Amino acid sequence: MTAYFIQASIYLLAAVIAVPIAKRLGLGSVLGYLIAGVVIGPIAGLVGQETQTIQHFAEFGVVMMLFLVGLELEPKMLWNMKTKLLGLGGLQVGLSTLCIALIASLFIDQWTYALAIGLIFSLSSTAIVLQTFNEKGLNKSEGGKSAFSVLLFQDIAVIPMLALIPLLAISALSGSPTVAEDAHHGYSLVDGLSSWAYAIVVLSAIAIVVVGGHFASRPLFRFVAASGLREIFTASALLLVIGIAAIMSLVGLSPALGTFLAGVVLANSEFKHELESTVEPFKGLLLGLFFITVGAGIDFGLFSSMWLTVLAATAALMLVKFGILYVLATIFRIKNSDRWLLSLSLAQAGEFGFVLLSFSVQNSGLPDDISKLLALVIAISMFLTPLLFIAFDKIILPRFELNTNASQEEDAIEDSAPVVIAGIGRFGQVINRLLTSNGIPTVVLDRSVDQINLVRNIGIKSYYGDATRHDLLHTAGIEQASLFVVAIDESELAIELVNHVSHTYPHIKILARAYDRRDGYALRQAGAHHVVFESFYSALELGGQAMQEIGFHPFHVEQLKQNYIDTEQKHDSSLYDMWQKAQGDSTMMQHYRLLFIKLEELLKESMKSGREDKHDSSHQSWAPPPKNYLKELRED
Amino acid sequence: MTTKKILLLFAHPAQGDSEVNKTLFSALKKIDNITAVDLYAEYPKFHIDVEREQQRLLEHDIVVFQFPLYWYSSPAIIKEWQDLVLEYGFAYGKSGDKLKDKTLFILTSAGAQESAYQTEGLNQYPLRELLRPFEQVAHLCQMHYIPPLVLFGARTAKEDGRIEPHTKKASALFNALSDGSLTHESFGDIDLSNHYNNANTTNKNNEV
Repeated sequence: MTAYFIQASIYLLAAVIAVPIAKRLGLGSVLGYLIAGVVIGPIAGLVGQETQTIQHFAEFGVVMMLFLVGLELEPKMLWNMKTKLLGLGGLQVGLSTLCIALIASLFIDQWTYALAIGLIFSLSSTAIVLQTFNEKGLNKSEGGKSAFSVLLFQDIAVIPMLALIPLLAISALSGSPTVAEDAHHGYSLVDGLSSWAYAIVVLSAIAIVVVGGHFASRPLFRFVAASGLREIFTASALLLVIGIAAIMSLVGLSPALGTFLAGVVLANSEFKHELESTVEPFKGLLLGLFFITVGAGIDFGLFSSMWLTVLAATAALMLVKFGILYVLATIFRIKNSDRWLLSLSLAQAGEFGFVLLSFSVQNSGLPDDISKLLALVIAISMFLTPLLFIAFDKIILPRFELNTNASQEEDAIEDSAPVVIAGIGRFGQVINRLLTSNGIPTVVLDRSVDQINLVRNIGIKSYYGDATRHDLLHTAGIEQASLFVVAIDESELAIELVNHVSHTYPHIKILARAYDRRDGYALRQAGAHHVVFESFYSALELGGQAMQEIGFHPFHVEQLKQNYIDTEQKHDSSLYDMWQKAQGDSTMMQHYRLLFIKLEELLKESMKSGREDKHDSSHQSWAPPPKNYLKELRED
Repeated sequence: MTTKKILLLFAHPAQGDSEVNKTLFSALKKIDNITAVDLYAEYPKFHIDVEREQQRLLEHDIVVFQFPLYWYSSPAIIKEWQDLVLEYGFAYGKSGDKLKDKTLFILTSAGAQESAYQTEGLNQYPLRELLRPFEQVAHLCQMHYIPPLVLFGARTAKEDGRIEPHTKKASALFNALSDGSLTHESFGDIDLSNHYNNANTTNKNNEV
């Protein structure tokens, strides 16, 4: 037990120190984890053989990441991507495999080895690339979206590759592959099934994920969320991801593919943001751990003896992949900086390369000495990727900056940032309807499952989640929001929420609904830019109606209502000042009350319309000139 | 020649559809010594702050109404503005001389061609005649009046590429008014609305 604690402490300490430093130096968190791994592994020798075991465990971070990626991707968007997914992705994997295999065959006699190397190297690192896109905000760029299509195709392509590699081994050795297979498959539902039965099992597993994800998960989450226990929600989110991974593994499919599908199915669900914020920390930690193990796994002994070969192979690999991507990007009309982004970001080999590598060795698809060399090449190419991103930022982007700025300005109106609305009660609903019916995108959050159910039934797209929780606001996309509207009932929570948002995201304008005057002042003090007392305008409306019923002329009533609002606004700032003083000093409360009473009198005063008797007023009156004014005019 | 301060009061209730006036307004905004006011933006509920508007009038020498022509006159908010701001005792009547010797000027755009604004034309009157109420307001308030500057055929101005030259012409006029090289006296009998297109006012000014 003690050994575990010590090991865990070493890993965590390395990450805690290296990652913030790397981030501060602009290297990105991925490079930070890699460096941490190198330090505790090959350099200091603090960790050893167990890194391989940990790596297999940490690969689960990729599975979680694909679940999160799926959550962000609605089925409709996936369908829209089909050309890029199949065209760009398919060609990238096909051409890269072919080119790399051809080059490899120059050095290795066995063509099956060359093909295996081609397959392993054709894949890029989903983990590094998506994590970096996320950090740099490149997800929505044309290059980012194209890179994502390619990565998605690669992740799917892993499955047939896993099937192909044992076949290569058979033709290579013509020995008995069953021994190796037995060693690999611990639990499996599909061993020894005929091919049609296998197909049925696979299809039904996918059906379980899709149908179950769509119909069964919602009642489950609703049931769990209604209990109000945070940790049980976390448990059920993990159950969903791990359960799907288990089903997929049992039938010999990629767990990453399964969770990705489940994510897509749940992309429209009201629990989307809650799931994201729950799974996100697990994913981050596991991926971090994964990168550390990659760093720790670098074999410096081998490197120092064969450094020329390794570096030449790495350079060749990245150059070939870059070249193919650049040509494909040109064919697919990806322009300017986006073409560079796509080609540079995917030039490395990836974590699935490690998976395929160990699988190949187990199945005798590759000899051990080549595999060690290949692992080094993969690791170094991953290591270089963050540097390529820095090169992109510092060298490529400045060259295209003018172009992108011009096009961004045009996009701004069409693709405006969403308004985040906290609370979808009666108040929030009106705001949401007004905005959405004018084509303004909104992200609606409410912490009552019943309320979400209610408004989802009438077609309002909304998400379950407590907006006062900071991580949820983050996953709901508050950083990119144009406005933040607070329409939740609990005034204490609303004040706290406004306080948090105004301090953490000072660039976002906050509009808040207040219960009453004091509540409104507290919200304003907390940093709300615009506050409306919830009952003020409706009360004024009904009051005006009462005046009309009594016999006042409707247009006159309208003016009087406006006078009321004006007087309020005119004295609002002095009342607010007094309220602020009274907050720190209870003796000032008396002054606040007096000021409030004075406002009452001023209101009465302001209702005497007509400017003859009130020359200092600024109210409208359409006052006629005096009866004898024509005489004066003639005198002039 | 002393510098003049210009108050530009712009009224357009449907700026999303504006092809001429919005462009013109944003160009004029940038000229020195201009206070540009979008009346529909400041008073979306027509609740005009009379005191503030009167104060603005006191601080400026030249008052300009800019609007697209609606039913041979201005959009409603300019009428509302006049009804409320030009009070007895301020703009006219006993001690109502606060606007004395200031200048009023109309900058407008009309859908029909100039030929329609003729005695024989579809609209029966030259535009200057139709805008006489503004001229009389100026007269009662003891203000000077510069004949209106009009862009005719405004519905097709964009397609004909006439917006830019018109904007340039208006900007030049405003610059000249602001630096004092052009005053109400420069115009004499020139009717800007129906003849400005042919007459070169700046030259005329030099002759004066």
